[in-house]
Amino acid sequence: MSEHTEQVEHITSATTKAFVYVWVALLAMTGVEVLLAYEQVPTLIMLTALLGLSIIKAALIIAYFMHLKFERLSLFLTLFPMLVLCIILMLVFMPDSMRALYMRVQ
Amino acid sequence: MESVWHGGASPYSIGSKKLGMWLFIISDALTFSALLMAYTYLRLSNPNWPKPFIFSPSIIFSSIMTFCLLSSSLTMVMAVHSMNHGNRKSTVRWILATMVGGLAFVILHASEWRHLILDEHVTPFHNEWNVPLFGGTFFTLTGLHMTHVIIGVIYLGIIAFAVGRGKFKAEDVEVSGLYWHFVDLVWMFIFPLVYLMSAKV
Repeated sequence: MSEHTEQVEHITSATTKAFVYVWVALLAMTGVEVLLAYEQVPTLIMLTALLGLSIIKAALIIAYFMHLKFERLSLFLTLFPMLVLCIILMLVFMPDSMRALYMRVQ
Repeated sequence: MESVWHGGASPYSIGSKKLGMWLFIISDALTFSALLMAYTYLRLSNPNWPKPFIFSPSIIFSSIMTFCLLSSSLTMVMAVHSMNHGNRKSTVRWILATMVGGLAFVILHASEWRHLILDEHVTPFHNEWNVPLFGGTFFTLTGLHMTHVIIGVIYLGIIAFAVGRGKFKAEDVEVSGLYWHFVDLVWMFIFPLVYLMSAKV
């Protein structure tokens, strides 16, 4: 049960090769983002695509580079659901920004 | 490593330094998200928000900055990897490579700021498009990020120095790596939202 014998040296980690693959994937996604900017895609599609790619990139960095994939699930559950919820809560202001456009002195 | 819990199981089975860094990262992530939200809010409520980043050279320039930061993340991973295998010499070398990447980023970024301020007359309070909030949010956001990179380079310098002299454990290098990857991660949001969304071909 609850003993403090949890001292397993967790050198369970991805291999060097995996890190290089992740790096290449990150570079490729950045390349796609820059290409989208070059093509001048319509704003809404552009924003969706950029945010989607950025979230995938962030997930890759957190999982592999920051090693979270190889930590206990409890660490992830303590840190991230709260963070995501807080960020979503900030979005509550966004509709107001559009409204402000019509409320200014014409 | 002796547990300070004395009888209780360590719920995350990581050291306290690492947990502390994770908690700092989460709170810092909230700071940056709030700033990005503020940027987006002001941008949406300003119909004549400027698009000052001409694809060539501005976007290409900032893409190179992104490349520097991404690659420095890879070298940081390699540093942690070598330290886990007890190879201090190569750890120091990888950390130095990471610092070079970070410094390259700072120098490129500073020269980009110089261009914006001197050639395009964008300051935090004034610009030629009459949208002063652009400068205010842009310099706050990228300035805070650049501060993080500069602090990170100093932090890594201290770690590299100590590791080279046989001090510090693998966990210390890993914790500094967490910070560095976080700085990289924040740029993965600033670059598309601030630069690419305001690109002009």
